[in-house]
Order: sequence, then structure tokens, then C-alpha cells
Amino acid sequence: MNHIDRSKAAFVAACFAVLALLPLLTGSYGVDLVTKIMVYAIFALSLELLVGATGLVCFGQAAFFGIGAYAAVLLSPASEAAGLWWLLPVSIVAAAMYALAVGALSLRTKGVYFIMVTLAFAQMAYYVVHDTPLGGGTDGIYLYVKPALGSLIDLDGSLTLYFFTLACLVAAFAFLAVLLRSRFGRALAGIRVNEQRMRATGFSTYPYKLAAFTLSGGIAGLAGFLFAVKDGFVNPELMSWHLSGAVLIMIILGGIGHLRGALIGAFAFALLQEFFKSEAIFGAFAKHWHLGLGLTIIASVALLPRGLVGLPGQWRERLIGRSRSATVGQEAMNEA
Amino acid sequence: MKPEANAGVLLRGREISRRWGGLVAVDRVSIELERGSVHAVIGTNGAGKSTLINILSGEIPPSGGSVELLGQDVTGWTQPKRARAGLGRSYQRNTIYPTFTVFENCRLAAQARTQKPWAWWQSAQRCDASTTAARQAAAKAGLEPLLDRAAGLLSHGQKRQLEIAMCLATAPEVLLLDEPLAGMGAEETERMLALLAELRADHAILLVEHDMDAVFRIADHITVMVNGCVIASDTPDAIRTNPQVQSAYLGH
Repeated sequence: MNHIDRSKAAFVAACFAVLALLPLLTGSYGVDLVTKIMVYAIFALSLELLVGATGLVCFGQAAFFGIGAYAAVLLSPASEAAGLWWLLPVSIVAAAMYALAVGALSLRTKGVYFIMVTLAFAQMAYYVVHDTPLGGGTDGIYLYVKPALGSLIDLDGSLTLYFFTLACLVAAFAFLAVLLRSRFGRALAGIRVNEQRMRATGFSTYPYKLAAFTLSGGIAGLAGFLFAVKDGFVNPELMSWHLSGAVLIMIILGGIGHLRGALIGAFAFALLQEFFKSEAIFGAFAKHWHLGLGLTIIASVALLPRGLVGLPGQWRERLIGRSRSATVGQEAMNEA
Repeated sequence: MKPEANAGVLLRGREISRRWGGLVAVDRVSIELERGSVHAVIGTNGAGKSTLINILSGEIPPSGGSVELLGQDVTGWTQPKRARAGLGRSYQRNTIYPTFTVFENCRLAAQARTQKPWAWWQSAQRCDASTTAARQAAAKAGLEPLLDRAAGLLSHGQKRQLEIAMCLATAPEVLLLDEPLAGMGAEETERMLALLAELRADHAILLVEHDMDAVFRIADHITVMVNGCVIASDTPDAIRTNPQVQSAYLGH
């Protein structure tokens, strides 16, 4: 057990070390791309807290992402840099507050209804920015001066933003890793596996789920904030259900139930997207990148039921026959 | 709460009814559970025994009547609140956490007593109160050698033992046990009965069970239900000879 924990930690630490060294190896295109992917990774982590840890399939995660992004742009002064020290927490809290309201209502439903209600609330947020002049309507709005922290951190520089995003990613990952081992995190796991039993044992499960939902919204808001600062532009598409679906695919691709699955999934998804969009490889066909990406995702879900995280285990089983842990998993499936 | 003052009756159901549309599943049933005694509820399938347990534990609200736990009226309380006040229950079908280890099943149950959800930086394994309670409960239920086994891999009988261990880990005063012997072999049944006899001393136990031999061996008091109504409630010897019970249930 301890041995496995240590190898997981080593893998994640190695990933972060590679990310820290990456700007030395790649040009500005690479830095820009990896910044975007790290933002997606934070976003995927926020959803992993709900889907993987608590068993709540939320299909409206883009709303919290979008609110974090819009808050960053709308609250920035027009001609001077906003203070990072207040803009970042305010953007996170704005997204978390919307999540609190959505969660308070949607957590009264279960299963498919929960999925639909979260989607409905996200669409509500989408149409508010889409159809009102509040956020520039369909055209969106620009962030002319990026936030800064005195002269220490200026997010206008792409390298500064890269390392700031990496720091946020490491912080979000570490926070969730610690949280999921705590009593709160174990209670969420219990709710995922058997909520009825948790209630019979003495856990009021609703406040636990609402807290998880709110935290998740806050982390998605952090990702949205970084996205807005990176692009210097927001539009309603940030809240569209396409993005809610994309982030769900990221964690499925990476492997639900593991924090590093969100990390791997975000990278795999974004790199696949880049690959199929590449005109150097596909020529004129590159404009049909959705097709290639879609087929790859279908194939990987069919061939990798446990996601990319489960790949080493799958290989091991093929090489040395069914392992003990696989039997446990199988048994657990039958029981559930 | 003053447990000493209520050393006698720990859980009392008064005139409990439950209607599902036109069907009366439980009809004005009154029941008292005392510390130091096993109160068995028997009856045919569909007699309303599980519904009664669900009402007493707060899983479903009654259509009428009241529930009193340790001297307090808890009719309007949610199930988690009742559980925290000392009401433990087990389920007829196994409702363990199959992917967790035996230890974690018990520890999570024990955690209900010291939830502290805000201590997010502290590992759950560091909470001595719940790890100690979990180990003790598992040991009491005879699961000590299996602490690290995934619960889904246990035999059926061991899963039933785990159900009880998880119940005990919350340190309840009252135990509502829904068919703890269902599907058990002879040896496992003996072990479970010995455990129940041991638990009787400091708990009030409600036992719903189909195994009549076991019920008559262990129960101090038996309530017989037919079609949602109580037709008799007495000592085992009196129940055995009760003509009404014989014709309705034990007979033929």
C-alpha cells in the first residue's frame, strides 16, 4: 500500500518537475500551449473532486469556469493592472458562490436528474452572458491590462503566467490530495460508494456534498481566472455545455477516481486536439479534426475502461495473468 | 441526554403506522426496547417488519405515531441525527463499502462520532478515536485477522459480521438488526448468536429474524406481526404456546 502510494507520488512529482523545466526546452508556442493545458488540468481536477471523489456527475462545470473568467475581466479596471491579491480570491469566491447556489438546489436530485439540473443551471449562466450586454454579449470582452502583484508578479509576461499557473496547479493538486485523505475526503468516498449507509451511520450527507460542490466550483473558478488572464479575452463559449462535456471527457480519458487521472486526461485531450488540428500532419483534412478526436476518444473509452491511469495495470494483467488487485476490483464491481 | 435516567427503555415506538396509498404496511404498532434485552420481531414476509425498522431508524417517516429515543421525542429527526444520538442499524442486504478494506469500513463508521469535516489538512488515519473504535468493533465481531481485506472479498457470513461491526463502531445504545443471520451457515450462526448474547448486556437490541430456532434461543421478548399488526407480544414461552400465533405463523 505504502509502496504504491510512494510510486504515485513519485510519478506526480516527476510530472511537475518536467513542467517546471519545460520552458527551457520549448519556445513561446510550447509555453503558451502548456499554460493552456495546465489551466485545463486545474479545471479537470475541480470536476474530479465531484465525479471521482464524491460520485456526483456534474454536467455544468463550465459555468463556474466561465464565472471565474468573467469576474476576472469585469472587475479589472480599464486602464491599470488589477491587484492580483484581491482579484484572484474574488474571482474564485464568485464562482464558488454560484456553485453554492446551484449545489443547494441540484443536490436535492439524484442520478440523471442531477446531471440535467446542473446542465440547466450552466445554460442559464450561459444565456445571461450571451443575451445581455453585461459581458459584451456574444462578442465577449477584452482584458486590456493583466493583473499584477505590485512589481513582483506581472501576469502579462507569458513566462510569469506559465510559472504562476504551474504554481496554482501544484497547489490545487496538493490541496485535493490532502483533502481526500482527511476525514472530510473519506466521508465523500463513503458517500460515493454507499450514501444510504453513510446516513444510517450518522453522516448528514447533504452538507458534505454541498461543501464538495462549492469547493469544486471555486477551483473551476481559479481555472477560469487563469484562462481569462492568459487569453486576455472572454466570451460566452467559456460557459457552453461543450466545455462541460470536454472536461468530463478529460477525466474519463485520464481515469476517474484518481487525481493524476485529471492531470493525464487534460494533457492527453489537449495534445490529441493539437495533433488532429495539425495541418502539417493531416493537410486539408485537419479542418475535420473533430472526427479524428471523436473516434480516438471512442476507441480509448472502449479499450481503456479504467482510463490512461489504468493502462500499466492492464498491461501487467495481460503479461502475467489476472492480478490480485484486478480480482478485488472485479468483486467490488459485482457487489456494487 | 441522561442515559442513566433511561436505563430501562431506550427506544420506544408508540402507535406507529405507515400507509403506502391504500396499503397499511404498519398498523398502530407499539414497541419498547430495553437495555439488556433482545426484543425479536417475527412475522411472515410482508408483515411490515422492515418497514418498522425503517421508521424507527428514521429512514422513512411514519404516517402516524411517535418514536422516542433515550427519553427524547425523535419523530421529526433525520436518520443521521438519530444515528449520532445512539441508534445503530444493520441492513437485511449487505450495505457495506465493498471497495474499502474491512478496517476502513469500520473506521468510516466510527468517524461518524468525530466527524470534524473542517480539519481538511489532517489525515483521517490520524484520528485515534475512530481508529481505536474501529479496531475494537472489528475485534468484537471476530474480524480482526481480516482488517486489510477488501470488504467485497469477504464471504457472505463475514459480510454479515462486518455489518454488525460497522454498527458497533458508532458506539450505539440501541441496535436495530434486520435479519443478521440471513444466509448464514450453522457455524456462522452460532458465532453471531454468541456475539448478540454478549452485546445484550449494554445494548437494547431489536432483532428481525426468520430463523425461528435462533429467535427462540436468544430473544427475551417476542413480538409477532401479521399484515402490519401486532397479534402478540410476550416472552418466548408464552409465544410458543399462543394459539393465535400458532395458527397465523408457527402452525402447520
